[in-house]
Amino acid sequence: MITMSETTPGVQVDVFSKARTDELTSMEKIRCILDSVKEGNVVVLSAGLSSDEESRLVEKTMSEINPDNFTGIEIKRPNRTPSQSGGFFSKFVGSDDGGNDITFVAPADKIEEVDAEDGELLSALLHGE
Amino acid sequence: MSQHMFDGIKKAVGKVLPMSLFSDGEPKRIGIYGPPNAGKSTLTNQIIKDWADDEDEDLVDTSELEHETQKAQRKSVTIERNDATVNLDVVDTPGVTTEVNYEDFMEDMDKEDAVDRSRGATEGVAEAMHWLREDVDGVIYVIDSTKDPFTQVNTMLVGIIESQDLPAVVLANKTDLDGSNVQRVESAFPQHDVVAGSAKSGENIGDLYDEIAEKFG
Repeated sequence: MITMSETTPGVQVDVFSKARTDELTSMEKIRCILDSVKEGNVVVLSAGLSSDEESRLVEKTMSEINPDNFTGIEIKRPNRTPSQSGGFFSKFVGSDDGGNDITFVAPADKIEEVDAEDGELLSALLHGE
Repeated sequence: MSQHMFDGIKKAVGKVLPMSLFSDGEPKRIGIYGPPNAGKSTLTNQIIKDWADDEDEDLVDTSELEHETQKAQRKSVTIERNDATVNLDVVDTPGVTTEVNYEDFMEDMDKEDAVDRSRGATEGVAEAMHWLREDVDGVIYVIDSTKDPFTQVNTMLVGIIESQDLPAVVLANKTDLDGSNVQRVESAFPQHDVVAGSAKSGENIGDLYDEIAEKFG
């Protein structure tokens, strides 16, 4: 596994395949995500999180926020709106409860934008240091 | 059978059967959810003023500053609309967010108070998320209609509400303010009943009570 040195400029992106996350329990998945994000990395989950897992991730995040070094996370699902469970970007999405949507989880304020164009091309714009 | 076990069984059965089957008069627990500063506590106070069982029921604190509500607060009310009587335990919850930075409060207080406020906020959000999964029978989702509703927090919370099969009413709040855009809220939540109104001025809140009585009665 690549690990950035402290002097390397840039952002490390950890991509979790569906095969990898399917091996994990919900709590193990949440632990992996938070450990990576707390190191400053951006996590990409190709199979996303269920709504239940997302709520547990937020709950766990809140318990680990530390005024000195961790202010929370942001969760991005491309072009997802409060009412969408599919639509033109359905190649990137799955079940109605939010599971199987490709999902970005990052330290707060790390992601500028995530966008899916015509369901074919996924772009993410990240803030550098 | 313990009360805890009974409540658990009732909640599990309630997932697959209409809530009206539980016509024992026991109050429904209705969570008032939404992002910070949407007007949840102001709505709670309006409901208390209009319908509190106890005339001396305390109002909840409100503020222009985010994260004023740091612990969920439960208030008992009985709403009577259109010949229907609905007993509710209304729960005012802290505004849900995925990040809390004490520096955001430093303009209004010193560092120690800002850190305390951020700690309280994180505990409150965690509690609100837990309640949403485990301990509410329905949701009043409050949106500031002057702001963009297409946010990740709204997406996430609505996804959780729908995955739990919770009945929900959306209040497009703050219609008394310039910049209110109810149509934008309706387009963001087309599968939900949206009521437009102002918890602060009381404008159109009667329609919200009609919807509450219909949805949660």
